[in-house]
Amino acid sequence: MADTLLDPVIPGIADPRTPLLQVKNLSVTFPQRGRPPVRAVRDVSYDIHEGEFLGIVGESGSGKSVSSLAVMGLLPDTAKIEGEILFRGRNLLDLGDRQLSRIRGSELAIIFQDPLSALTPVYTVGDQIAEGLQLHDRRLSKQAAAARAVELLKVVGIPDPERRARAFPHEFSGGMRQRAMIAIAIANNPRLIIADEPTTALDVTIQAQILEVLQEAKRITGAAVSLITHDLGVVAGHADRVAVMYAGKLVEVGDVEQVFRAPAMPYTVGLLRSVPNIRTAGTQRLVPLEGRPPSLAALPKGCPFAARCPAAIDICHEIEPELVHPTGVADHSAACHRAGEIASGMLDRAEIFPRPPVLPQTELAVTDDAPIVTVTDLKRHFPLTKGAVFRRRVGTVRAVDGVSFTLRPGRVLALVGESGCGKTTTILELMELTKPQSGQILVEDKDVATLSAGQRRALRSDIQIVFQDPAAAVDPRLPIGEVIAEPLIVHKVPKAERDARVQELLELVGLDPSMADRYPHEFSGGQRQRIGIARALSTNPKVLVLDEPVSALDVSIQAGVINLLQDLRDRLGLSMIFVAHDLAVVRQIADDVAVMYLGHIVESGPIAEVFDTPRHPYTQALMSAAPIPDPVIERTRDRVLLEGDLPSPAAQIEGCRFRARCPLYRLLDETAQQRCAAEDPALLRHGGADVACHHVDRNTLHVTV
Amino acid sequence: MTVPIEEIVQVEELESKASVARPVSRRTLIWRRLKGSPQFWFGGLVFAVIVLWALLGPLLWPISYLERDYSALNQAPSLGHPFGTDTLGYDIFARVMRGLQISLIIGLIAGPLATLIAGIVGSIAGYIGGVTDKVIAWFIDLLLVLPSFFIMVIISPLFKGAGWMALTLLLAVFAWMIMAQVIRSQTRSLREREFVKAARYMGFGSWSVVTRHIVPNVASLLIIDATLGVGAVILAETSLSFFGFGVQAPDVSLGTLIADGNTAAATRPWLFAFPAGTLVALLLSLSLLGDSLRDAIDPTSGVNRG
Amino acid sequence: MILYIIRRVINYSILTLVATAMAYMLASLGLNPAWEYMMRNPPAPPETIESIVNRLGVNPDVPLITRTFTWLSNIFTEGSLGLTVGYQPVTEQIAVRAGVSLQLLLIGSIIGAILGVVLGVWGAVRQYRMSDRIVTVLSYIVFATPTIVMAILLMVLATYLNNALGFQLIRFSGQYSPGIPNEFWPQFWDRVSHLLLPTLVLILGAGASYSRYQRNAMLDVLGADYIRTARSKGRTRGSALVRHGVRIALIPMSTFFAYSFGTLVAGSTMLEVIFGWHGMGRWAIEAVQQNDINAVAGSTLFVAVLILCSSTLSEILYAALDPRVRR
Repeated sequence: MADTLLDPVIPGIADPRTPLLQVKNLSVTFPQRGRPPVRAVRDVSYDIHEGEFLGIVGESGSGKSVSSLAVMGLLPDTAKIEGEILFRGRNLLDLGDRQLSRIRGSELAIIFQDPLSALTPVYTVGDQIAEGLQLHDRRLSKQAAAARAVELLKVVGIPDPERRARAFPHEFSGGMRQRAMIAIAIANNPRLIIADEPTTALDVTIQAQILEVLQEAKRITGAAVSLITHDLGVVAGHADRVAVMYAGKLVEVGDVEQVFRAPAMPYTVGLLRSVPNIRTAGTQRLVPLEGRPPSLAALPKGCPFAARCPAAIDICHEIEPELVHPTGVADHSAACHRAGEIASGMLDRAEIFPRPPVLPQTELAVTDDAPIVTVTDLKRHFPLTKGAVFRRRVGTVRAVDGVSFTLRPGRVLALVGESGCGKTTTILELMELTKPQSGQILVEDKDVATLSAGQRRALRSDIQIVFQDPAAAVDPRLPIGEVIAEPLIVHKVPKAERDARVQELLELVGLDPSMADRYPHEFSGGQRQRIGIARALSTNPKVLVLDEPVSALDVSIQAGVINLLQDLRDRLGLSMIFVAHDLAVVRQIADDVAVMYLGHIVESGPIAEVFDTPRHPYTQALMSAAPIPDPVIERTRDRVLLEGDLPSPAAQIEGCRFRARCPLYRLLDETAQQRCAAEDPALLRHGGADVACHHVDRNTLHVTV
Repeated sequence: MTVPIEEIVQVEELESKASVARPVSRRTLIWRRLKGSPQFWFGGLVFAVIVLWALLGPLLWPISYLERDYSALNQAPSLGHPFGTDTLGYDIFARVMRGLQISLIIGLIAGPLATLIAGIVGSIAGYIGGVTDKVIAWFIDLLLVLPSFFIMVIISPLFKGAGWMALTLLLAVFAWMIMAQVIRSQTRSLREREFVKAARYMGFGSWSVVTRHIVPNVASLLIIDATLGVGAVILAETSLSFFGFGVQAPDVSLGTLIADGNTAAATRPWLFAFPAGTLVALLLSLSLLGDSLRDAIDPTSGVNRG
Repeated sequence: MILYIIRRVINYSILTLVATAMAYMLASLGLNPAWEYMMRNPPAPPETIESIVNRLGVNPDVPLITRTFTWLSNIFTEGSLGLTVGYQPVTEQIAVRAGVSLQLLLIGSIIGAILGVVLGVWGAVRQYRMSDRIVTVLSYIVFATPTIVMAILLMVLATYLNNALGFQLIRFSGQYSPGIPNEFWPQFWDRVSHLLLPTLVLILGAGASYSRYQRNAMLDVLGADYIRTARSKGRTRGSALVRHGVRIALIPMSTFFAYSFGTLVAGSTMLEVIFGWHGMGRWAIEAVQQNDINAVAGSTLFVAVLILCSSTLSEILYAALDPRVRR
């Protein structure tokens, strides 16, 4: 453990009343050449006690990561840090690199977000774990360190740990890599583990697994955990206390149930009301938070949230509020001048952020019932080749393997699944509008295989796509007016008409029409996505295909875009095919849903049916894994957890593809299992949905949603 | 996502400008970065001086590069002959200017020409992919197997007597390969970018997509390469001329002048120092200009990018 | 991994053959060994010319494809590359001169690479400090100085130095001086003094370009996430950089090695001519000047094989450094 020669304060035998970590008035500022400095963290103070689980929540630019990096001492040299960070009584800011290096990796550990870039690509995973061990125990031999590394891999649940320890990071899947990172973090029994968005880059079932591993790690080492995330559901499920950060400052801190049930700061109120909740979604609109966080280099006077706060009064624009205790509970503090009013109920939370009304019946478009897109038994296989000069085929990636669905006018169909399930490939195949490898695609009753080039170009005006990453989907070199008008150029619309349409569209998506000659980089993520939507709508399409349209956006911005999509569906009678992995978002906007796994649809039907009574074990697992931003429910619900990794789509599997991870399979008797191994289940109707499972009636797995 | 500090700062930079009425185009940002770069100013100044000298000098200087002054053989620099004279009485100042002119013209034609070829070939190969791409890539590899210097030496007898225009073409033909590879890999990654896919799904044909979206996005690479390419071509031409394979008599180039001054370099340094010094100054200024352009256009780029 | 490298070698070999064949054809188009004889006054009789070109296998009346094919097949069947205009076997001539060129190339490239890597890493770590700026400025200047200029400059400086010292410390004409007693040390020092300048030119040039490239690669690595992870495990900043950073920053160097080798060969060719070494490069240039097709083709083959070797070496290095490309 720590070197006792360092400091007269004796570590290890801590006074249980003294917090393990005390951050006092921490401020981090980044100077900029010729510009005002960026104040990333401003006067932040919080404590973490031994064994506690703290969740730090905030959006991009809130300062949550920077403050945690400051604790670890891993900020760039240019950063100016003020305040105190007391870890077991010692001020970490007083220590030099060498002294800090002794504490890092032994008492204080961190898990980063992107394990692929966080692990050194040229050393084996085992070596990297052993390195952490050997750095803090000089007497440990190479073999002993290697053996302990294998043990640690077993603890974090990596199968076949001896072999895996000799593998390189790029040979691991995302979930496995993150487990390895956790192994590195707990190697020396730290007192505090900081997890910086550890599951943001992972699929939802893998996220559930990793969070379990993290809890297990906490249990084994007795360490405290500081989890940084933007996902309120994750915090609700795992944290004891939560701290909300906005524009570099702590705006609310408290016990997790308290904060979720009765937040006292308008930002928290708004955030909680803008997050899609899989239970309540679909029944009410999301509350959008207008505007965006202020620039950290040009902070306005007073409360940084005042510009976006519907409850702001004059004093809010003058004086920045301090953390106060509005409810009299010592643990719960909020930084708002009106916190007392909110906590006592004088200022109704529903009034601060009212839910937008649904469109009146008169504005709704009228649509008929004939299907507008019909996909039958679509297949798309990719050859897997090796070799640089002479390529040879070593396998097939069955990205889409027999997918069928129908899209009706005015309805939204969601395709959900995790990475590698084929949902994105499916919609891209659809967008190609050419004869597929196998199967049939009908758009507006026309078979795309029979189209001529001219007919295809004409059809394209009826079906348009919105991509996931708003920054990548738009050519950075064109002003947005031209970006939006591009599809019209293909259809040879004259310039005057194009310009008029651009103005119309900008208004339709809620942007200022005078900004048409600005460049994409001048807009925020949410605005860029609206530009993408405007572009897709320019030709008045009947079908809008959306590939994860909100997953790249901040939580508070998502709500606005989701509301926009719902309005467009209602007002224009648009049909949409919506690809997503976030089930709460899907529930909010979709009418029908199809769940995909390894190129197949495993369950499909109306959304209420599928989400309320999931019948396929995979759907059940997905529902279990989706975090719900309600601590009471999240901690008490029944779950179905999947084991193992997502399989590679190149693998050839006989029978039901899901059985390797299927929790139901494990509960079945031999004859039933044999059927799963021999026969690939077909989609059959059970109740209100189509399910591809042999044993729906024997499904005793219990899932609460 | 854990937003890296640089991103926070960049977003800040842009947001604070967006709040001002005038929209900030990329061009303005690039110019701003250039203004602050000492390499740009120094390189640009030296290059401008050299070009002006090459343009105006021969018009103002009374002595021609073909004139021989029999009364002043092998003289050190003096007022009448600022760069001295050689064994045959030629005025080195005039010769250097003439050589500079020729080297500059060759460079300024062949360099951008090579970039043009690289841009076309690279983007076609990268965008179309498939067999075309493989064939082009293999062909580029073939041309790169042998050092271009070598091949040019071998080919140069074919061009003897055709004048230095032919030399210019030859130089261009052998300078485009590496940049074509870079453009090709950039195009391939651009092709997978969503806005290119979006363009296809909007209904644009391949040619439109390449011209509308791919070329402008590699334009910055092309500009940088054209600038550095001028220097590379001049370097190649000088080397060829030095060994007698490039510019032929009675024309002079900086290379031939250096060759002339080679043997006497120790005893009559002016015969070597001035042509060599001019050449180094020219190459240095081009190199500085190119690098400062690269830093301004894409501050995150490294030499091994693309 | 072995398979991968073997495939690359086969690819390069095919390229080499095709490139050499092309060179042979180009040389045949441009050069004619009998030119000299044809230009005499009175011109030599046609039978003489005929016999000369036949002996050398370069008869212009035989179709070009046939000639090329014959020449290529002779390599494999007889191991012969034909005769020079002096009627010497090309293969012999190559054998004599190859060692000379290789001496220059190997020393120059290896030491230059090491120098460049060290300077690049060091410069990146000390970015913006005075030492880095000085190195950067110097490397710009060296970069902008053509090989020829650098060589002559060094010769001039060496001459001044020799004159100042009163004796010939650095000799640079040719590879060795005649009349040195045939004992080890005197021979050794003589060789070294002759090697000094040409290799110095190569080393400086290679060093400058390697250092710039390596510096950029190292700068990329400095901000990498895995450096941060290494520190979070308990490594001090310096140790994290060295153990995790340098290894990865070296990876692009192996590709750069292959790419810069061609420039190095061109450079050493020029140096052979300037310093009077009897190497392959100089011979090739003389061959062009003497209209010797076979010699030109033969030396091209030599250079192509060299480049093949360097490319293979760089592939092996790359795979050794970066496990991601291994299967």
